[in-house]
Amino acid sequence: MLRFYRSTVGKKILMAVSGIIGIAFLILHMLGNLQIFQGPAKLNGYAAILHGPLAEVVLAQRVVLLVAVVVHVVMAWQLTMRARAARPVGYVERRSQAATLASRTMRIGGVLLLVFIPFHILHFTTGDIRPAGTFTPGNVYGNAVASFRIPWVAAFYVAAMIALGLHLYHGAWSSVRTLGIAGPRPHPLHRPAALVLALALWLGFTAVPVAIALGWVR
Amino acid sequence: MKVTLRVWRQRGPGAPGRLERYEADDVSPEMSFLEMLDVVNEKLIAAGDLPIAFDHDCREGICGSCSLMIDGVAHGPMQGTATCQLHMRSFADGAEIVVEPWRARAFPVIRDLVVDRSALDRIIQAGGYVSVDTGGAPDGNAIPIAKAAVERAMDAAQCIGCGACVAACPNGSASLFTAAKISHLGLLPQGQPERYRRALRMVAQMDAESFGGCSWFGECQEACPKEISIDTITRMNADFIRGGTVARADGSR
Repeated sequence: MLRFYRSTVGKKILMAVSGIIGIAFLILHMLGNLQIFQGPAKLNGYAAILHGPLAEVVLAQRVVLLVAVVVHVVMAWQLTMRARAARPVGYVERRSQAATLASRTMRIGGVLLLVFIPFHILHFTTGDIRPAGTFTPGNVYGNAVASFRIPWVAAFYVAAMIALGLHLYHGAWSSVRTLGIAGPRPHPLHRPAALVLALALWLGFTAVPVAIALGWVR
Repeated sequence: MKVTLRVWRQRGPGAPGRLERYEADDVSPEMSFLEMLDVVNEKLIAAGDLPIAFDHDCREGICGSCSLMIDGVAHGPMQGTATCQLHMRSFADGAEIVVEPWRARAFPVIRDLVVDRSALDRIIQAGGYVSVDTGGAPDGNAIPIAKAAVERAMDAAQCIGCGACVAACPNGSASLFTAAKISHLGLLPQGQPERYRRALRMVAQMDAESFGGCSWFGECQEACPKEISIDTITRMNADFIRGGTVARADGSR
């Protein structure tokens, strides 16, 4: 077990597993968010279920997710330091041949998300950050509409979701490979599947602030 | 044709290095990149200067001795080609070409463009072999092997150990090299008894040599003169996972 943890492959496997836990959560999160298009009763009702009968489930999910995020960040940090140490003298000239934008922005994008996530929790979960000046616990619909009417809040969320979409595109593709389950030959649908997943989550999350900012949801 | 070279010169392992400018005037487009360097070196020797040190041996693309980061690309601009098989016709007349050694902590510079790649040998020593009793040569086709397995094993076996994958990787990872060796042996029946132990030991040695981890940038397979696929890395990880779990039970660790 220690040997597993110490190896770069073991650390990548931990990153892949914790990342996939994150993706699973994001799919549920997005499906929850999209209920905003069905009106305040539907969305606030869903929130009431989560914090009422399902409170224990939500608590367990939060614990799992927190552990996954901590593992993901610690492994990313360690692997980044290792990668830096592996090339103490850099090239005067180096041209990227194949790496996608998504793969090259994994680290910086991850840091951006690490800034975004605490802001997001303080904003919509605890209500400590109140760009609109008000926060009503349980009125998820009202809180979202009040906040995303403010252009900079909507813009910040839209920007963060671009970082998320890129991160997910490379993560959804590479995590399966890291776990050794993409087969000895690439599945022809593997790369497009990651793209569809990343696009779906990106669009699903971006739709809410954009719709409110443009006044489609009020 | 005429080219201007900016070549990394470094007297020894600890010495400081820098890019030096050289004009190569009488370059034939049919010269290989190494032949062009030979011509530059002849001039340097005639002038009493030290020639540019670079690794080379077979000059037919099969030995893995040559290296060189050319204009920021391992083995230069031609895909699936080692530096010795790269010809000057791939460059424009009057081009300025930057030539640097492979860069990795595990590949210390010995002199100029020559680096010590023995870290790769130690990864092989850790498990890149098949232990068999000696004896007469086995009969051809005595061991039936599926065509698909043969093809994939031979694709991986093409690795010549040049280290371009390490040089091209933003993380300085030797994953493609290690994975190619693990796949080459692990796909064949002869490699099965040591398959999972091999993956664990070679990965451990790869890490011990202070190479970085794999982030799936895919730069290595573009740089590889033998065009080895990153699918081998998927296979390495699968064998590593099995080695750490199932294979333990049969004492094969």
